[in-house]
Amino acid sequence: MKTISKVYMTLIFLILYIPIIVLILFSFNNTGNTGSFTGFSLYWYKELFASPDTFNALKNTLILALSASVIATILGTAASVGIGKFKSKAIRNGVLSVTNVPMMNPDIVTGISMMLLFVLVGGLLQADEKLGFWTILIAHITFCLPYVILSVRPRVLGLNRSLSEAAMDLGCTPVSAFFKVELPAIMPGIISGFIMAFTLSLDDFVISYFTTGNDFQTLPLLIYSMTKKEVTPDIYALSSLMIGAVLILLILSNIAEAKGRGKAAETPAEMAERKGFI
Amino acid sequence: MKQKNMISGKIAAYPHIVWTVLFIVLPLLFVAYFAFTTPDGAFTFENIFALGDHKVTFILSVSLSLIATLCCFIVGYPLAFLMARARPKNQKMLITLLMLPMWTNLLIRTYSMMALMDDAGIINGILTALDVGAVRMIGTKTAVVFGMAYDFFPYMVLPIYTAICKIDNSVLEAASDLGGNPIQVMTKVIFPLSSSGIVSGITMVFVPSISTFYISQKLGGGTFDLLGDAIERQFQNVSTYNVGAAMSLVMMVLVLLSLWFMNRFTDGTEGGTAG
Repeated sequence: MKTISKVYMTLIFLILYIPIIVLILFSFNNTGNTGSFTGFSLYWYKELFASPDTFNALKNTLILALSASVIATILGTAASVGIGKFKSKAIRNGVLSVTNVPMMNPDIVTGISMMLLFVLVGGLLQADEKLGFWTILIAHITFCLPYVILSVRPRVLGLNRSLSEAAMDLGCTPVSAFFKVELPAIMPGIISGFIMAFTLSLDDFVISYFTTGNDFQTLPLLIYSMTKKEVTPDIYALSSLMIGAVLILLILSNIAEAKGRGKAAETPAEMAERKGFI
Repeated sequence: MKQKNMISGKIAAYPHIVWTVLFIVLPLLFVAYFAFTTPDGAFTFENIFALGDHKVTFILSVSLSLIATLCCFIVGYPLAFLMARARPKNQKMLITLLMLPMWTNLLIRTYSMMALMDDAGIINGILTALDVGAVRMIGTKTAVVFGMAYDFFPYMVLPIYTAICKIDNSVLEAASDLGGNPIQVMTKVIFPLSSSGIVSGITMVFVPSISTFYISQKLGGGTFDLLGDAIERQFQNVSTYNVGAAMSLVMMVLVLLSLWFMNRFTDGTEGGTAG
């Protein structure tokens, strides 16, 4: 039984990883041949770095992910705090359900619905370029919001009310009580919400595809436009670099967690739950 | 003092409420508006009726996504179970292994699949070298199903794994103490108790599968259309926005209905967790 289960797990992980490993291997191929490995070379990486599109897309991706996740974190944190102050349960649930719509809807529908809005409003404003940085930014903020609220709101619900009341009794204004008492308490939720928003924005292709214009290309969009042409190994090179970046981030976050939380603080199941539902 | 806090607190939620109305509610209303109008803006049911022409696409999309979801479930459930039963030290490593592909961009995963299955790809390179002769894989429905299952497989395993981990060991001990054999413990205790994870897993694989257009374009080789492709094509050209909006509306209603149905199935204890 033990052996069978080991073989089973090994087999699945092999299938999961073979395409990725093959892709990385062939990014070092010295010819454009995608069917057989003829020799090691860094040619395709040089080719990739020679293209200004690569750096431009990388810069755009980072700017977009950073601004979208910062704005979504601020809006979402404020909402998580403010929403509980509504007495009516219907309003609270209504707002939260609407917020969750982009999380449940297929990405293509979210992308299209926003594109229709932008094109119509752009038409009314008689803008030359209806889609571009601002529209893709709005779209990214919108689909990041539910994930920020999902990670901040449980912390807000778990707050001890009497602490901020005590702060106010001791002379704090409600605003400074919030910043000095409540905000530090919900900070872990805010940080994990921010990281989630950042990674989602980095990774998004479908919604970006519908809401961006010709002059603003992100890395996933660059890969898409590269794959529209024939298969060449420079896409393998770009993909390998992105996989490498993800791997480093994953290792770093694991190290940071092990240090920050103490080794036994979190079970693997909790880790899966926190990271898995992206 | 407390009253003042209540007021200031509510204000914090207002920007978000305005945002959701402007960028979630309003766009969806536009989809509905486009779905029921002609390009000139006159009210019509024609776009909805026009969906009859895409009946084959609908059926194909639903069936391929269902097959992919089923494959993920059949292969993924045992994996999730074995992972949950592995030693804690190994569990962490296994989850990281499962997450690396998940964090890798969808286009790259699909592309790596294509690198393997392409006419001039690695598998065919090996087959040719072995004198077996090349096999055409790109452009087949099997390739698309395989691509969907490969791309979304971790989304099936993780929620099930989490659900199984949450089951209290004493419940399992009680079940076997009361005479349950391992198979009964599996089918009567573990399986029902992990149903919330199963439901999350199924939706997290099915929803992106049914709406994908990238996988079918790349691995289907453009030989047949799926729902996502059909929608994407309508939005290439302003004159067909209305039909595209009608298709999106139908897809959205289908997906939200099935989510609602699935959530009722698990007593509504879990929120929506579709990716």
